[in-house]
Amino acid sequence: MKILVCMKQVPQKDAPLKLNEAGTWIREDVSYEVNEPDAFALEEALRQKEKHTGEVVVVTAGPARALQVLREALAKGADRAIHLEGDAFVGLDAHNTARAIAAAIKDEKFDLIFTGLQSDDYGYAQTGVILAEILGLPHATIIMQIEKTDAGIRVKRELEAGFFQFVDMPLPAVLTIQSGINKLRYATLIGIKQAKNKPLRKVTLAEVQLAMGTNLQKIEKLYVPQKSKNTEFLEGPPAEVAKKLVEKLKNELRVI
Amino acid sequence: MADTILVIVEQREGKLNRVSWETIAAGQAIAAQTGYTLEAAVVGSGVAAIAGEVAAKKLAKVYDVESAKLEPYTPDAFAHALKGFLEKHPAKLVLMPHTYQVRDFVPKLATALQTTAISDAIGYRYEGGKLLFTRQMFQGKFAADVSFAGSGPCFVTFQNGSFRADKVEAGAAAAPIETVSVDVPDGVVRNKPQEVFKEAKQAVDLTQAEIIVSVGRGIKEQKNIELAKQLADALGGELAASRPICDNGWLPMDRQIGSSGQTVAPKLYLALGISGAIQHIVGMKGARSIVAINKDSEAPIFEIADIAVVGNLFDIVPALIEEVKKAKA
Repeated sequence: MKILVCMKQVPQKDAPLKLNEAGTWIREDVSYEVNEPDAFALEEALRQKEKHTGEVVVVTAGPARALQVLREALAKGADRAIHLEGDAFVGLDAHNTARAIAAAIKDEKFDLIFTGLQSDDYGYAQTGVILAEILGLPHATIIMQIEKTDAGIRVKRELEAGFFQFVDMPLPAVLTIQSGINKLRYATLIGIKQAKNKPLRKVTLAEVQLAMGTNLQKIEKLYVPQKSKNTEFLEGPPAEVAKKLVEKLKNELRVI
Repeated sequence: MADTILVIVEQREGKLNRVSWETIAAGQAIAAQTGYTLEAAVVGSGVAAIAGEVAAKKLAKVYDVESAKLEPYTPDAFAHALKGFLEKHPAKLVLMPHTYQVRDFVPKLATALQTTAISDAIGYRYEGGKLLFTRQMFQGKFAADVSFAGSGPCFVTFQNGSFRADKVEAGAAAAPIETVSVDVPDGVVRNKPQEVFKEAKQAVDLTQAEIIVSVGRGIKEQKNIELAKQLADALGGELAASRPICDNGWLPMDRQIGSSGQTVAPKLYLALGISGAIQHIVGMKGARSIVAINKDSEAPIFEIADIAVVGNLFDIVPALIEEVKKAKA
């Protein structure tokens, strides 16, 4: 199986984020990491390759810093990488991101394309499905299990409130992967060494721009959300805070 | 022709998903402010009864979009049917609840119509003749006002709980219903879905718990779960968790709160080391009181907390257990 994994670099989960002066985006001087569901998507691709042989290719769209995501993926066992490199890729809507990726892989044929189910920054939850539509491929979302069958694959979709569903589908196909589908591996020292010699293709904005259009949605303003509640902050040493909190649980919330 | 807002209600296996009432409430509010005409559609096979139920609300019209190929649900059939329908019945805005089903087909549908979906919105503003939709970004740390820059229709999906279902206005008379048969040719549907099922009988019904102590990533290690368990026991409550904890196998999946787990509304929800990602918040924001303990003062959980403690849970929880025991003694 030849599998493409779309990965994204996002700010670290507990990184303190600050708005830029224009209030249109965050200040970029923060720590980044791989978008969590994308890490699970990569792991699943590596496991499928180990089972069925084949090739795992990783792709990301982002500035130079995003290369780190590809390096880590190569160190974990991906065979090669594609980097759509440029600051312009940060501000794309899901539609244009998908168009850019589709243009970058137009000469390749993958059996499966994985994305994480959504990103921790924009949270659109759309890029994978849009990519499927652009490529004319069937898709399934929020996948928790993938098995190869004679006719294609059988996937387990997560539905809401603890429900699931198996779906049979032909290949090639696009799947958006849910966090927790597997257990992530760590890169080995030898993997990290080997990664340096694996092929990396850089793609510039100019190479894919013809396939893209203007963004169909625009962030007019980014801001700290207005609080809908009057939150009371309890302060002091732990023992004192515990005492205050229990008083409130007893006298105000009446749950003790 | 007047501009139209179309609400597509969600049905699964012939039953209306109640979250659709919230979307109708959103549509009614936007229609009242903009003067647009509000219509609704139900999509499926043999779903006329749902169209009838929806038609009792204040709407100009209800469409019953029918094809045998729409049951069971597949993204291919839904996108195909709705593309054809929307080409014949153009709408300026198409509103839907942000459910897993909608997430599955709307990006495909919007792309097929060369437009976009503003997904997981939590509200809207109408300013100077322009509609802006509010989305959460960076896991709820920021909000963004998003405008639509295409030529339409503009799809918007609303997060569960963003509008109040009980605010839906009934109509003076039942809205007219038009049945629209759509053709979904053979070969369009590529996926073969099997029966929907539940993994195992849910051992714990957290929806009935009055007190829930819930743990997130901040608990750091599996062995620390015991600390939260002791607090839950002292309070006489149930132990629950955010998704990463259950993914790690530190607690069983049936104790997971959030969009993929249980939705709860206890008297007290005590969140330990939970940052408050959107997927978790939707499962617990209905709690009567929310107490959050987290070391990160900017954690989104504090946006919805009634009582907040910024600090190390490993210092505070042991002291808390002692105080609870004293108070109960």
